[in-house]
Amino acid sequence: MIRLRIAKRKPLPPWARVIIPVMAIVVTLILSAIPILLAGGQLWRSYFYLFYGALGTRFNLLETFVKGSPLILTGLAVAFAFRAKFWNIGAEGQLLAGALMATVLGVHLGGVPRPFALPIIITAGFLAGGVWAVIPAVLKTKLNVDDVVSTLLLNYVMWHIMGALLFGPLQQPGSSWPRSAAIVEAARYPMLLPRSRFHMGIIISFIAVFIIWIINNKTTFGYRSKAVGVNIRAAHFGGINTTAVIVWTALISGGLAALAGVGELCAIQYRLIMDISPGYGYTGIVIAMLGNLHPVGVLFSALFFSVIIVGAQTMSRMTGVPTYIAEVIQGMALMVMLVFLLFTEYRIRVMRK
Amino acid sequence: MAQLFDIAFLSGLIGATMRMATPIIYATLGEILAERAGVLNLGIEGIMLMGAMTGFLVTFSSGSLWLGVVAAAGVGMLLGLLMAFLSVHLGLSQHVSGLGITLFATGLAMFVYRLHFGSPTVPPIIHPFSQISLPFFSGIPLIGPGLFTQYSLTYFAWLLIPALSILLYKTNIGLKIRTVGENPVVADTVGVNVLLTRTLCLVVGGAFMGIGGAFLTLAHQNMFLIDVIGGRGWVAIAMVIFGNWDPFKGALGALIFGFLDGLQLRLQGLGIAVSFHIFLMIPYLLTIVALISVSRKASIPAALLKPYRREEKGG
Repeated sequence: MIRLRIAKRKPLPPWARVIIPVMAIVVTLILSAIPILLAGGQLWRSYFYLFYGALGTRFNLLETFVKGSPLILTGLAVAFAFRAKFWNIGAEGQLLAGALMATVLGVHLGGVPRPFALPIIITAGFLAGGVWAVIPAVLKTKLNVDDVVSTLLLNYVMWHIMGALLFGPLQQPGSSWPRSAAIVEAARYPMLLPRSRFHMGIIISFIAVFIIWIINNKTTFGYRSKAVGVNIRAAHFGGINTTAVIVWTALISGGLAALAGVGELCAIQYRLIMDISPGYGYTGIVIAMLGNLHPVGVLFSALFFSVIIVGAQTMSRMTGVPTYIAEVIQGMALMVMLVFLLFTEYRIRVMRK
Repeated sequence: MAQLFDIAFLSGLIGATMRMATPIIYATLGEILAERAGVLNLGIEGIMLMGAMTGFLVTFSSGSLWLGVVAAAGVGMLLGLLMAFLSVHLGLSQHVSGLGITLFATGLAMFVYRLHFGSPTVPPIIHPFSQISLPFFSGIPLIGPGLFTQYSLTYFAWLLIPALSILLYKTNIGLKIRTVGENPVVADTVGVNVLLTRTLCLVVGGAFMGIGGAFLTLAHQNMFLIDVIGGRGWVAIAMVIFGNWDPFKGALGALIFGFLDGLQLRLQGLGIAVSFHIFLMIPYLLTIVALISVSRKASIPAALLKPYRREEKGG
């Protein structure tokens, strides 16, 4: 019989924190060969189109940033919450809350010039998602309700709120489909590069990475938030108001996820539809883990994921491997990364007896 | 409104309640088993989807419904085993391993389905289970036809509830499982294999979850749609807490959920203009309210979420 022996090891040097995610990605890509081969794809051709489809032409490269933008934001949202051990599985619902708020404002802000309309929409969207995340944070801190379960359930509540509104007051007049009217011109994100969808929201997501890095490393709040995550009791006895820290962390986390929804609405779809998000909120969880909860790590893992998602389209067209290969690779990436993270803290010896 | 109190309506509502509760009962029981041994299995949503897809695929190819059920249980066991490897043997975070399994299994289910069926304009269908009327019982006025004209998988779910309860509370095995979930150090000291017990509970629990998923594609519907589970796995997670880790109370929660789901369908059938989205929201809101009231007196297994490593005994 084989037994695994797991023992604590000394902390690894800093370079390991970069090497380990890279190794995890390499191992994931090697493992992806199994589903690709099962689907009858030729291996090298498939990998070639996977990367060519995402990086090979100017349009595809810019499209990778377009897809990456919501993933960066939801990844940041989850990473920021997880760092404080606020288990926010609700980025999906918070994203929808942001998109919903942007729709309500975007449809009705006719006549307001763009320099005013966009800041209003972005701020209100951020707050909508933030408040939606504060609810489970308050339930957790005041009433001891498990945050994993409550954030998860609230995703479905928000989805049904959206559905009720899209079949009701928000429905496009004359339409029988659950979709809203288009938002006004002033509420749309400007496009920054010609002949592409490279929009302002991409810049916003990069700025968000920078701001979260500043908060984490240069502010007292970032320090407190981390202290709560490492040991909430010690933080409490050290004089930190842990309830306030968790609630503020939730507000920022939910707001970040909501910005992803605002971006998808104001730069891509221009009108609210039921499938405005193909699960960006859930993918954000994987991205946060793969990025080791570090904002820069999140940036790179989100871009890696968007390479997979965008590239899978071309790969599927050229080789016939279903596009859902992207989801399979994402799930494997998370599990491989988990195992690799274990190596950073523990030594594993396989023992036979 | 008189229609609401119509006997046919009532009997139909009882039947729909039982049907809609069935997959959640399976999933809830599977999750109770895992959590009683100390492992929160958030892979449940993905395991159910894999069960639904596998059951459908195998039935479609073989023509045998029961082979589909067995395959769904088997795939659930495999994913339970994967969960055990990550969270029990490697001792990784149960939250993250479970979510990883859900993401992986969700992707895999859709991938395999597309691989096998392509993207047909009309989804392929199977001939689903038919309902069986139990003689005598189904003749009971008012409640009989609804309660006792059901799918065999639903009857099995009813039997599974007391069976799991007896296993947990009346047998030596159940005592071992509960000890592993409450105090693995003590369990280890008296010679119970903690890792093996947890692994087995995850594997058997995974089989229940897989069957719960298969019920949706083999009995409730006759096709596989990508959103077929629609959050029922997460509902089951909540029902475990709602039911205080007890099979009977958890099943009661599943019945309440099934009732609201069934009522929504029935009211739609009567053409009563209630937005179905508002109706479908109610169970989730009720669950959150239930969580608030339950969380104060929750008898949560003490070792839940804590990986067990011998080297760290007493630490």
